[in-house]
Amino acid sequence: MADKLNFSLVSPERELYSGDVDQVDIPGTEGDLGVLPNHSPLMAAIRTGTITVYENGVEIKFFVQGGFADVTPTGLIVLAERAVGLDSLDKSEIEAQVTSVEASLEGLTGEAALAARQNLDGLRAVLDA
Amino acid sequence: MASLKELKTRIGSVKNTQKITKAMQMVAAAKLRKAQQAAEASRPYSDRLNSIIVNLAGSMSDTAGGPELLVGNGKSDTVLLVVATADRGLCGGFNTNIVRKAREEIVALERAGKTVKLYLIGKKGYDQLNRLYGDQIVEYVSLKEERKLHAGIAQGIGEKITAMFEAGEFDVCKLIYSQFVNVMQQDAVSTTLIPAIAALEADNDAASNVVAPDLEGAIYTYEPDESGILRVLLPRNINTQIFSALLENQAGEMGSKMTAMDNATRNAGDMIDNLTMKFNRTRQAQITSELIEIISGAEAL
Repeated sequence: MADKLNFSLVSPERELYSGDVDQVDIPGTEGDLGVLPNHSPLMAAIRTGTITVYENGVEIKFFVQGGFADVTPTGLIVLAERAVGLDSLDKSEIEAQVTSVEASLEGLTGEAALAARQNLDGLRAVLDA
Repeated sequence: MASLKELKTRIGSVKNTQKITKAMQMVAAAKLRKAQQAAEASRPYSDRLNSIIVNLAGSMSDTAGGPELLVGNGKSDTVLLVVATADRGLCGGFNTNIVRKAREEIVALERAGKTVKLYLIGKKGYDQLNRLYGDQIVEYVSLKEERKLHAGIAQGIGEKITAMFEAGEFDVCKLIYSQFVNVMQQDAVSTTLIPAIAALEADNDAASNVVAPDLEGAIYTYEPDESGILRVLLPRNINTQIFSALLENQAGEMGSKMTAMDNATRNAGDMIDNLTMKFNRTRQAQITSELIEIISGAEAL
């Protein structure tokens, strides 16, 4: 079906989602992007944040940390370094990450600091949600 | 001839050993199933990552000044061998096969005048290689404390290797591990991690497996640009390759252990049969000689 987007979300450990959906919202490093069926080919890096999958009016959310989104005419594949369903997310673990990233932020400069800050923002946003 | 009592205790101890090997075989079988599932679950990720790199490398091939992780730094004087073995023994020739492969590589590289450095994962490989090449080991990690393999372990190792490469400590990096074919067969293989392009060129099978997606005439948009993507993607590729090697190793170790323990159980069974036969013979011989004593005693009267 042309008006559905074939979407799969894979992490190194397993495949978390696979199927035809209406729309997927992805947190890209350069800004959020919504992918609809028949999107033009795109390769984007992902920052820490939430992926939202829209399927038949139902929203499914995943927490992702680092990775890539690859849009081809056959569909969208998200390769996440870490991915978990938002429901099964361990908040205390995220809090621990926030503290460790905050601590490491001091010694970083330039690009690395930017990446760390982006990571931190994403983590905080998930905690607040 | 051994006394009856001695034989009895022998049989008892072999029976105990058989119980242990049998239990180990069953544990290995259960773990094998889990390890195989984990290895299979990780496959979509590494396949996709590979095809993305093939894509990007294809579009970048004209630019000679690509990232060093992809095209190499132009030298091949120092080679880092990452050798992944198991932390536990009692799994047949599993560790020995990997170590043998590593030694073949070391000998071949040294004959070609290269400097070889070793990065060892797993205690068993360390024990064996430390004797021969102790001064060439730059790093050794044991995964004995890890109850379950997760991507974080491979990430830690991968980041360390990438940092070492950037610091100019080596020029080429190879990974040696055991590829899980089936329960009976595990092949020790070596693949090139850095430069990534060498692996893609050498491994034609893998390259032909990943078909570049048909873009129907459209052009890929990269966000950030190609070099930005490659900069994050290549270190991640190393992590992923190490992770899948660890998973393959784990499945191979369990498969090998299962076979080895199955053999051990069977050998113990044979031994018990032999000893029981001997025990019965001895017992009968004893009864016969006692009877002869009684009869000849009665005849003498």
